[in-house]
Amino acid sequence: MKTMCLAIPAKVVKVQNGKALVDFGEGVLREVDISLVDVEVGEYVLVHAGYAIQVLSREEAEETLRLWRELLEAESSLETKQQRVQNA
Amino acid sequence: MLEHLRFRNPDLAKRVAEKIRETAPKKDVVKICHVCGTHEWTITHYGLRSLLPSTVEVIAGPGCPVCVTPASEVDEAVALALKGVVVACFGDALRVPGSEKSLLDARAEGADVRVVYSAMDAVHMAEKEPDKEFVFFAIGFETTAPSTALEVLRKPPRNLSFLVSHRLIPPAMELLLGIGDLNIDGFIAPGHVSTVIGLKAYEVFPKAYRMPTVVAGFEPLDVLFAIYMILKQIKEGTARLENEYVRAVSWEGNIKAQEIMQRAFDTVDGQWRGLGELPSSTLKLKEEHAAFDAREKFGIRITSGRDIPPGCQCHLIMIGKIRPTECPLFMKACTPQKPVGACMVGIEGTCRIWAKSQIK
Repeated sequence: MKTMCLAIPAKVVKVQNGKALVDFGEGVLREVDISLVDVEVGEYVLVHAGYAIQVLSREEAEETLRLWRELLEAESSLETKQQRVQNA
Repeated sequence: MLEHLRFRNPDLAKRVAEKIRETAPKKDVVKICHVCGTHEWTITHYGLRSLLPSTVEVIAGPGCPVCVTPASEVDEAVALALKGVVVACFGDALRVPGSEKSLLDARAEGADVRVVYSAMDAVHMAEKEPDKEFVFFAIGFETTAPSTALEVLRKPPRNLSFLVSHRLIPPAMELLLGIGDLNIDGFIAPGHVSTVIGLKAYEVFPKAYRMPTVVAGFEPLDVLFAIYMILKQIKEGTARLENEYVRAVSWEGNIKAQEIMQRAFDTVDGQWRGLGELPSSTLKLKEEHAAFDAREKFGIRITSGRDIPPGCQCHLIMIGKIRPTECPLFMKACTPQKPVGACMVGIEGTCRIWAKSQIK
């Protein structure tokens, strides 16, 4: 992709001499420069115009999804309780 | 891929949209501004505005890197190309209008203008053809600037120099707050830029401007959740800095990238297309790297140009003052095939995104 501002997540498959082979999914492999990050095989990076600019946290991604659900559920159940109190 | 589909889960999206409707003010309209072309793409492509109540308006600020590059700097690149220097640029920089010509026009006149995927490609080209002079037209925000800095510090071949045209996002956000009648109530801060500069770069917005500010990712749920987080703050009457994009953004950001930028660049005042000069908003190569500064090397410095062609409303679209559909040229004289203004050129330009999504 010949654009500059999009950053795309990819999985690091191989690391060698400041470069890494990354997988954008569906078998799309590409060599990127990893001088701006400290990364190991198996981790996910955000790739921007040929350079990995940040390491993505899988745990934090999972945590985000969990928090979204929790927040929505907690508030819904709180509201249901409040409604029950009001109705009682 | 990082639970990609779950970040687009329609059921969860519906529930967040419900929360947004519950939290949104009933009468007064709140205006939430984002400053990233990719956010605009997500919002428009997934039709997120249609999920919002009429009291919540999301506007697009100056978040498209090619759109904000002033005509004078495109003119510099065009002048170098016509002088016989090989100009390497990113794909969407090719058609950005200068005062009279774009780099594509220069290529049509016989200039050697090449599209590259990264700064690294320009280095490789220069290495392969040592008898030619190469210039890399380095545009983009804090996401792209570290890679330019990295290649400069690596001491590229002597036949390569850099036409540095990088811009910084926080000064543009401050500009928006200075526009009295824009009345912004909250910021969605750009996720990718924030991976580099960190959450801390936005501290000023809640502190000094009492502006709720949420750094967000780029999946539809990221953006919806950021809107919800801002609406909650507004409802509570508070202004905080919050991070929705914790999987990529930390408080400090990418310190390695920041240090590399500091070693290569000085922060200076600079022009933005249609917006004038913003203090401490652009980057310039430090004196010690002057040998790689195309402006020094070729003695080229164009300080003024025509940013906005007659009739074009890009300067108002870039600050979210009007929507693309309010521009008289939109999809009439100005189309993705034949763009008049910069916002129709860059794939992150608001006009181009709206045109591609066939919004009328």
